[in-house]
Amino acid sequence: MSDTHEHSVAFVRTQAVPAAPPPFQATGPVKWVRENLFANIPNAILTLLSFYAIYVVLSATLPWMLNGIWNTQSLAECREILQGATGACFSVLVERWNQLLFGFTYPAEIYWRPTLAFVLLFLAAAPVLFFDLPRKLLVFTALYPFIAYYLIWGGTVWTPVFALLGVVGGFLVYVRFVRNSFAAGFFGGIAAAFVIWWIAGFIVPMLAWENPVLAAVPSRDMGGFMLNMMLGVVCVSLSLPIGIALALGRQSSMPLIKIICVVFIEFVRGVPLITLLFVASVVLAYFFPPDATIDLILRVIIMITMFSSAYIAEVIRGGLAALPKGQYEAADSLGLDYPQAMRLIILPQALKISIPGIVNVAVGLFKDTTLVSVISMFDLVGMIRGPILASTEWNGVYWELFMFAALLFFIVCYGISQYSQWLERRLATDHR
Amino acid sequence: MAETAQMKVSDEVAISIQKMNKWYGTFHVLRDIDLTVYRGERIVICGPSGSGKSTLIRCINALEEHQKGSIEVDGTLLSSDLKNIDKIRSEVGMCFQHFNLFPHLTILENCTLAPIWVRKTPKKEAEETAMHFLTKVKIPDQADKYPGQLSGGQQQRVAIARSLCMRPRIMLFDEPTSALDPEMIKEVLDTMIELAEEGMTMLCVTHEMGFARQVANRVIFMDEGQIVEQNEPEAFFSNPQSPRTQLFLSQILGH
Repeated sequence: MSDTHEHSVAFVRTQAVPAAPPPFQATGPVKWVRENLFANIPNAILTLLSFYAIYVVLSATLPWMLNGIWNTQSLAECREILQGATGACFSVLVERWNQLLFGFTYPAEIYWRPTLAFVLLFLAAAPVLFFDLPRKLLVFTALYPFIAYYLIWGGTVWTPVFALLGVVGGFLVYVRFVRNSFAAGFFGGIAAAFVIWWIAGFIVPMLAWENPVLAAVPSRDMGGFMLNMMLGVVCVSLSLPIGIALALGRQSSMPLIKIICVVFIEFVRGVPLITLLFVASVVLAYFFPPDATIDLILRVIIMITMFSSAYIAEVIRGGLAALPKGQYEAADSLGLDYPQAMRLIILPQALKISIPGIVNVAVGLFKDTTLVSVISMFDLVGMIRGPILASTEWNGVYWELFMFAALLFFIVCYGISQYSQWLERRLATDHR
Repeated sequence: MAETAQMKVSDEVAISIQKMNKWYGTFHVLRDIDLTVYRGERIVICGPSGSGKSTLIRCINALEEHQKGSIEVDGTLLSSDLKNIDKIRSEVGMCFQHFNLFPHLTILENCTLAPIWVRKTPKKEAEETAMHFLTKVKIPDQADKYPGQLSGGQQQRVAIARSLCMRPRIMLFDEPTSALDPEMIKEVLDTMIELAEEGMTMLCVTHEMGFARQVANRVIFMDEGQIVEQNEPEAFFSNPQSPRTQLFLSQILGH
């Protein structure tokens, strides 16, 4: 209000206007429907078309699902009960439940062992995923791989014990030498671990009892969703640190390390995973001495880990490149050495930037574990395509089985995705 | 404050640079730099952009590598030996134009990180030191915030406090006020003046000529990778000798 007109437009309020509720059309569900579904004519047409599409889909699937039969012994019985009406034959899931989860040769009386390992997985993963939990829980996380191995494979307890000893020995050597130089500690630690494992190779067979507490289960008996989970969890947790190392190696100022990392990443990324898996199942055997039998699951784990670590390395390289040069300089100028600067300053930020990419690779990797069905391993998909669909009782039950497989994978992958979104929100400190 | 600038500095050598040369590829950035800095000296380095002044002070803590000549900091010769470089870096504090605080750590963590990991100071002691210096730069109440929540001036003061927490014997400032809004420049300069009055050895690349007049006891003018002129501030500003310096001063003081 300009000063010149002040006297002519002067106004003094004598009565306050009471607060009133908005008119019905401006609030509540009616307003929402108007704004979102029927804002204008094209919108209204699209809304109606969408309703029709939803109706068509549901009218086809709902009766099929609701009419589903859960308690027969074969597809033929299902058809008999349905008498030509639409309805799913979910009984295959009930009848073959254990096979879908554990494969068809894993001894039924020890299903509790992988189940226990699965439950413990949550305990072990919790302190890693939710870092507000007490740090002491990480001790269990460190022990978990050996416990899980012992539970799932069984056999002599000395195998995981010596594997653990190798890791501990390697770590002690690393701590001892890392003061002098990071490379000495790193490679010294790895060498020490291998020496211990090599010695253990002679000792363990001598110590093994005739009847171990937990019966040994050979790798070829592993199957079902358990195999997918094993491959997924092991490969993701291995490929993350290896991917970080490769990404840092690719940035290294040492030409030899840089070349090794670049060649590895470019080679592995340029090869289809299926090819690597065939290499694992067939070709790799030629490179080992004839009497050395490297476990097929181990070979597959090595291949999938190589594959996904190359991808993760590239994702993390993107995160590293996104950091301003000033962060490196600030870390340097404070006198932090290379491992400290990376661990405390660079990687926490680079990894945070890379979370969506890493999760992308992890989800993709987890789903790709079904590819092992191609090299005749009986994972979830392998079980469905092989023993279950080939059986006379269930030949022809495609929809129910594959939808179940899809659902299992969806639950896990959606969980991973939700976790990563929570993590991103939790780590957001930049207040942009 | 004129007497501050005239204060007698010691004869102890803090930094000694001899015949130092640096190239970026084939581009000769620094040419035959000779510079001796005595303990307690406050040196302001100025010059047109691209004259190599930032590069010079970044060579002192080995953020940039020099190819010829020698740099000796606190008696330690700067070589490619990582041990020496880390030793020098922990003795020499540095503040950057863009602050370079660590955005994923709180202000307090920014300040305690290096003392804890490089000096192996116990966490509690490091936090006390950090609070001491944060109080000194007048932002102890921001200790639990993240850098992104602070203004530019506050961030730069945190950066100064972060360097001071390492108890450096020498402080380098690389255009500490160039990225700040005018009203924030003063708060940062005040902090630096206070530091100077306590006798800190300082090398400061800046265009703040008022600051140079007030606290420096030597002003160095650089152009095309060479030290063209150096003098006490009074003489430097009132009676510049080289025509290049005269032109530069007339340009920046002209308005």
